[in-house]
Amino acid sequence: MRLNKVNQSHSKDSLRRQEAIHGLLLISPWIIGFVIFLVVPILFSIYASFTRWTLISPPPQWIGVKNYIDMFTDRDTWWSLGVTVRYMAMTLVPFLVLALLLALLLNQKVRGMNMFRTIFYLPSIISGVAVAILWAALLNPEIGAINQVLRAIGVAEPPKWLNSSVWALPALALMGLWGIGGSSIIYLSGLQNIPAELYDAATVDGANPFQKFFYITLPMLSSTLFFLFITGIIGAFQVFTPAYILSGTSSLGSSRAIRFYVLHIYLEGFQKGKLGYAAALAWLLVIIAAIAILIIYSRTERLVYYETSGKES
Amino acid sequence: MDSQINLLEKQKDLSIPIWRRKSFLQTNHTLLVYILLFGLSILVMMPLGWMLTAALKPAGNMVYTLPPQWFPTEYFHVENFWLVLINKQFPLLRPFLNTLLLIVLNISGVLISNTLIAYGFAHYRFPHRETLFQLVILTMLIPGVVLMIPSFLLFLQLGWYNTYLPLWVPAFFGTPFYIFITRQFMRSIPPEMLDAARIDGAGVLGTYRHIVMPLVKPVLVVMTVFTFQDVWSDFIGPLLYVSDEAKFTLPFALAYFRAQSTHAATQGANSSMHLLMAGTVLITLPPLLLYFTVQKQLIGGIARVGLKG
Repeated sequence: MRLNKVNQSHSKDSLRRQEAIHGLLLISPWIIGFVIFLVVPILFSIYASFTRWTLISPPPQWIGVKNYIDMFTDRDTWWSLGVTVRYMAMTLVPFLVLALLLALLLNQKVRGMNMFRTIFYLPSIISGVAVAILWAALLNPEIGAINQVLRAIGVAEPPKWLNSSVWALPALALMGLWGIGGSSIIYLSGLQNIPAELYDAATVDGANPFQKFFYITLPMLSSTLFFLFITGIIGAFQVFTPAYILSGTSSLGSSRAIRFYVLHIYLEGFQKGKLGYAAALAWLLVIIAAIAILIIYSRTERLVYYETSGKES
Repeated sequence: MDSQINLLEKQKDLSIPIWRRKSFLQTNHTLLVYILLFGLSILVMMPLGWMLTAALKPAGNMVYTLPPQWFPTEYFHVENFWLVLINKQFPLLRPFLNTLLLIVLNISGVLISNTLIAYGFAHYRFPHRETLFQLVILTMLIPGVVLMIPSFLLFLQLGWYNTYLPLWVPAFFGTPFYIFITRQFMRSIPPEMLDAARIDGAGVLGTYRHIVMPLVKPVLVVMTVFTFQDVWSDFIGPLLYVSDEAKFTLPFALAYFRAQSTHAATQGANSSMHLLMAGTVLITLPPLLLYFTVQKQLIGGIARVGLKG
C-alpha cells in the first residue's frame, strides 16, 4: 500500500519532469533566438559604442565615451532629431484626428460600405518603396501631376516639394496622409465594439450627436486612441525608407530637410563607415524613445478606459 | 416600448415642416455620406490610377502630360509588365524570384517555429514559464530599427554579410508578436482534447501535427499574410546585407532602378519612366491580390485571434 503510494508520487514527479522537458524543448528555438539575435547583438553594440570601429579597419579600438561626446557636440545629431520631432508634430495628432473622422464616416450604415472601406485601406498595404517612387513622380515640381493641378486651380507658384528645404517634410507628410486609412480600420474595430445600448440610452436622455460623440464615442475609444498614439510615436522615430529613397536624388538643400534620425544613423554607420559611432547614435534613440513612452504611459494611465480591465483573460 | 417611441416620433414628424422632418434629414444624411465617400475615394484612387496610366504608356517622354492623366484611357501597353521583367537595361525578373525565395523561406520559418513555441507556452508547465512569457511580450515592444546596427555587427562577425542568411534564418527562431497571438489562440484548445490524444498514444509532435495545427488555421493565415507583406516590401534588410546585384530583392532593385534612371535622365538618356511605373505596379499588385483573396479569413482570423491585445 505504502509502496504503491510512493510509486505513484514518483511517477507523478517523473511525469511532471517529462512535461517540463518537453515544454522547454518546444520553446527552445525562441530561447536560442532570444540569446543569439537579441541579447548578444545588444551587448555587442553596447561594447561597440565605446570603440572606434570602421568598416575598413576591422579591429575595434577602445576609445571610452568619445563617441558619446562627439554625438552630443555634432550639430547633425540635433538637426536630425529636430527633423524627426518636426515630422511628429506635423503628423501625429493631425493624423489621429483625421483618421478618426474617416473612421466615423466609414462606420455609417449605408450600402456598399465594404467597397469604400477597402479603397481607403488599399494605400496602407502598398510597399513603402512603391509609395515613395510613385509620390516622387507625382510631386515633381515642374511636370508632376500635383503641381499641374495646383497651377490649374490658380496657384501661380506651387511648392517645389522634394526640391525645397521648406516643403520636403510636408511632402513626406502628404505621402503619409495617403495611407491614413490603415489607422481608420483600427478605429473602426474600436467603434464597432461600443455597445449600441449606450447610444440608445443617450438618445432616450435627449443627447445630441455631439454630446454622444464626446461623452460616449471618445471615452470608449480611448484605448484605441492610446494604441495609435504610441504606435504613431514609434513610427515617427522609425521613418527611414521614404527618407532614404527620396533624399538620394533630390537637390542638396532638401536632402538635409528629410535627414530623419534613423537615416542619420544609417549614413554615419554605412556611408561614412563609422560603425562604433552609429551604435552610440542608436543607443540615444533607444533612450529617447523609452523616455517618451514612459512619460506618456504615466501621464495617460488615468485617461484611458480599458473595457476588459477587471476581468482577467 | 420601441414602437411607442417610433409612433411618437412619427407624430412629431408630421407636425413640423418637411425640411426639418426626421425622414428628410435621414435621406439628406445618407446623401451627404455618399458624397463624402465618393469624393474622398476618388482622391485616394487618383495616385493609383496615375501609376497604372503611366505604366501602360509606350516608351518615350509621355508619362508627364498636361493636364495629368489620372486614369488609363489612351494607351494599354500591357507588355510593359513583361518588359520590365526582362528588359536589358534593368531586368526585374531575378529580383522577383529572389524575393519569392525569401518569402517561402520566411513563411516556413514563421509557421513552424512560432506554432511550436506557442504550443510549449500554452499547454506545457515548466519552471519560470510566466517570466519567460513576460520576456516575449517585452521584446515584442522593441522597434525594429533600434536593432539595425546591433544586428548588423553580429551578422558581420558571423560572416553572413552579402548572403541571404540574415534575411531568413531569424524567422526560424520565433517572432515575439506571432508567439503572443498564437499562444493566446492555442489556449482556447481544451486540454482534455490533448490529453485524449496522448492517451491514444500520440507523442508531443504527433499531437502538435494532428490536433493542434488543424485547430489554429486562422492564426496560420494571419501569420502567412503578415509575413508575405513584410518580406515582400522589406527594404532595410537587403539594403544592409546584400551587395551583389544578382542578390537584389524586388523593392531594393526597384529603388536602385529609380536612382539609375533618374540619373540617366539628367544625362539626357531616354526616360524609362513608364517601365519604372510598370515595376511599381508590379510590386503593388501582389499584396492587393493577397488582401482580396484572404480578406474574409484574414478579418475573421484577426477578430478571433484578438489582435487588440
